[in-house]
Amino acid sequence: MRERILILGGVAIFLVLFTYPLWHAAAVSTRAKPPQLELPAEARECVAPIPYMRRAHMQLLIDWRENAVRHGLRRVHAANGKEYDASLTHTCLGCHSRSNFCDKCHSYSGVSAPSCWQCHNESKVIPGRMQ
Amino acid sequence: MTITRKQFLKFAAASLVGAAGAKLVSGAEVVKQAAASKNGKRWAMAVDFQKCRWDQGCNQCSAACNRAHNVPDIPDKAHEVKWIWKEKYQTVFRQQSEVVNPALTSHPLSLLCNHCSSPACTKVCPTGATWKQEDGVVMMDWHRCIGCRYCMAACPYGSRSFNFVDPRPYVANINPDFPTRTKGVVEKCNFCNERLAKGQIPACVEGCSERALTFGDQNDPASEIRRVLASRYAIQRQPELGTGPSVYYLI
Amino acid sequence: MFEKALVGSRRYWLWVSALLVLIAIGAIFYLRQLTYGLGVTGLSRDVTWGLYISQFTFFVGVAASAVMVVLPYYLHDYKQFGKITILGELLAVAAVTMCMLFIFVDMGQPARVMNVLLHPTPHSMMFWDMISLNGYLLLNGVIAFATLSSEKKGIATPHWVKPFIYLSIPWAVSIHTVTAFLYSGLASRPFWMTAVLAPRFLASAFASGPALLILLILVLRRTTGYDPGETALGKLKTIMTYAATISVFFVLMELFTAFYSGIPEHREHFEFLYVGLDGQNGLVPWMWISTILMVAALAMLYSQRAGKKILAASCVCIFISLWIEKGMGLIIGGLIPSALGIVTKYQPTMPEWGIVIGIWSIGTLMVTVFYKITVGVRSIS
Repeated sequence: MRERILILGGVAIFLVLFTYPLWHAAAVSTRAKPPQLELPAEARECVAPIPYMRRAHMQLLIDWRENAVRHGLRRVHAANGKEYDASLTHTCLGCHSRSNFCDKCHSYSGVSAPSCWQCHNESKVIPGRMQ
Repeated sequence: MTITRKQFLKFAAASLVGAAGAKLVSGAEVVKQAAASKNGKRWAMAVDFQKCRWDQGCNQCSAACNRAHNVPDIPDKAHEVKWIWKEKYQTVFRQQSEVVNPALTSHPLSLLCNHCSSPACTKVCPTGATWKQEDGVVMMDWHRCIGCRYCMAACPYGSRSFNFVDPRPYVANINPDFPTRTKGVVEKCNFCNERLAKGQIPACVEGCSERALTFGDQNDPASEIRRVLASRYAIQRQPELGTGPSVYYLI
Repeated sequence: MFEKALVGSRRYWLWVSALLVLIAIGAIFYLRQLTYGLGVTGLSRDVTWGLYISQFTFFVGVAASAVMVVLPYYLHDYKQFGKITILGELLAVAAVTMCMLFIFVDMGQPARVMNVLLHPTPHSMMFWDMISLNGYLLLNGVIAFATLSSEKKGIATPHWVKPFIYLSIPWAVSIHTVTAFLYSGLASRPFWMTAVLAPRFLASAFASGPALLILLILVLRRTTGYDPGETALGKLKTIMTYAATISVFFVLMELFTAFYSGIPEHREHFEFLYVGLDGQNGLVPWMWISTILMVAALAMLYSQRAGKKILAASCVCIFISLWIEKGMGLIIGGLIPSALGIVTKYQPTMPEWGIVIGIWSIGTLMVTVFYKITVGVRSIS
């Protein structure tokens, strides 16, 4: 009989602790803020439609990389009809800032791999380089 | 409907084969495209080391290369990274030094990747991180390299360097137009492939004020390098190994 | 049956704890290497492979030597090896695991190791080495597990195990041949580029592997009473003796070719190892110790005395001698002097040794646990 009280009590304490994230967040009524991305100042158009970029920018980066490095195809024809240089530093960082754009989501969601910045430069692009 | 284990395994195997096959086919397409654009070139370099002034303090070639490619300057010689560097004639052509004209052998010369036509390094790379491009340049893909250093063991010329440590702290002024590398990958001269793509000559060739380095398309009979090779006798490093180097040392 | 490894004497647990401590130390050193890079080792631009790869090369041989006990028993019905084959197979599993760990810690970008499989390169011997090592691990793991678990249940080993066993025999030879091919196809390294390298590897493997196996059996006999019998031990000793003799013969062949031809690129590596070159003679005492140990071992083995102490001593001598020859002489000797004839000193650092000892301890722990299980299963049946 005594054991039953102890067991049920233990289970109850466990459930309380286990569901802590749910009831504590509700009680304190704060919500995690989604990351605030700083959009590029000048460019109005991305190299691909935004829903596609949200979903598959990783694949686009890999495709650009493989084609540029392994097949020497450094000029890409984007979906919007324009031509771009397949360069992380010059094209992508030509519009976006690593700390105010890329890192905002990547830090929030804890996605660190692959590590581009160990090798690729973040310095500001020379004006007029991107077409 | 129930599926037996045997059927499932058969299906899984077939899917694997299909997926691998598809990847092979798509890979082949891109390569064919790239091959067509290289136009049968074979890049080569001739080193007129009798014009070289390494022994008088000049290092324009390696300085230009290191600047262009963010090659680190690491004080610990064991971990040094070098793409083009100086060496004594007697060290490079050990078995041909004894009675050769000292006016010739007293000059230092520049060593770099020989961009062989039958490279030993690309043969042994287990991931395809180094391969031979159609135009003769032996390329490195630093995204794929696992740092096994098999290519370093295979290279008969000692042309390759490994990043034993993170190189970034040892690069004085990072050139934003070219990436640095990270620790754990192998690197070497890339014949300035990124400059060749824009119609420029390699940085070392441009940087040498003595015009000791000649660069060009070996397959073009009208190129300057062919003219130079026709007018001077040239030797190569260890040609008996069958690697087919593309770097010539002019006598 | 794995629970057999969780019950043991105080001595057993002290041993396991000591190994776990060494493994932990190795792990900490490896974390340092991951953070800082391979610069924590004594490797250099010229001597780009060192202790890690040499240990891999040596233990591939030990792994391959399982074929020396499997082949007589299964192909020739040599019943006297009945209590040894499982020990050989389990030793192979531990040795191959150590090999793969040694390769893993040697890589500059280990997180990318799957690139070898994602982008297959049939022209590279390292690709085939990965395939063959993993295959061998799988083969022996399956065979040993199936054998032991059916023994535990008191039934005969199922039929489907037989083809795996037959496959493991040529596969064992292939893992060490492929490993030799890593080196013997390189035009850049005259010390390695010799057709006799693969036969040399196999001969030294079939000497060092049985040497280790005999020592392990002697330890097992002392600690658990598990006794495969004097005939089996005697046969293993014979195999080890002849293999060691052939291995010495191959070394002498190499010395003749190098020194009679006099080609500097061939000769200099042997000079560096045995007498020193350009003022560097760090490996000279080791190579001579290796030679003396081998001579002593063969003298003991070929003499008429057949005592137990002779057996243990000669096994220790052969194992250490071949470990020095392969684990220190072969890889480092191949890279010094460099392709340009330059002699660079290589001295493994403390982190390097720490990681090596950690991996040795992992292998030793695996052998301990496997043999504990085996003895536990067999003492019931």
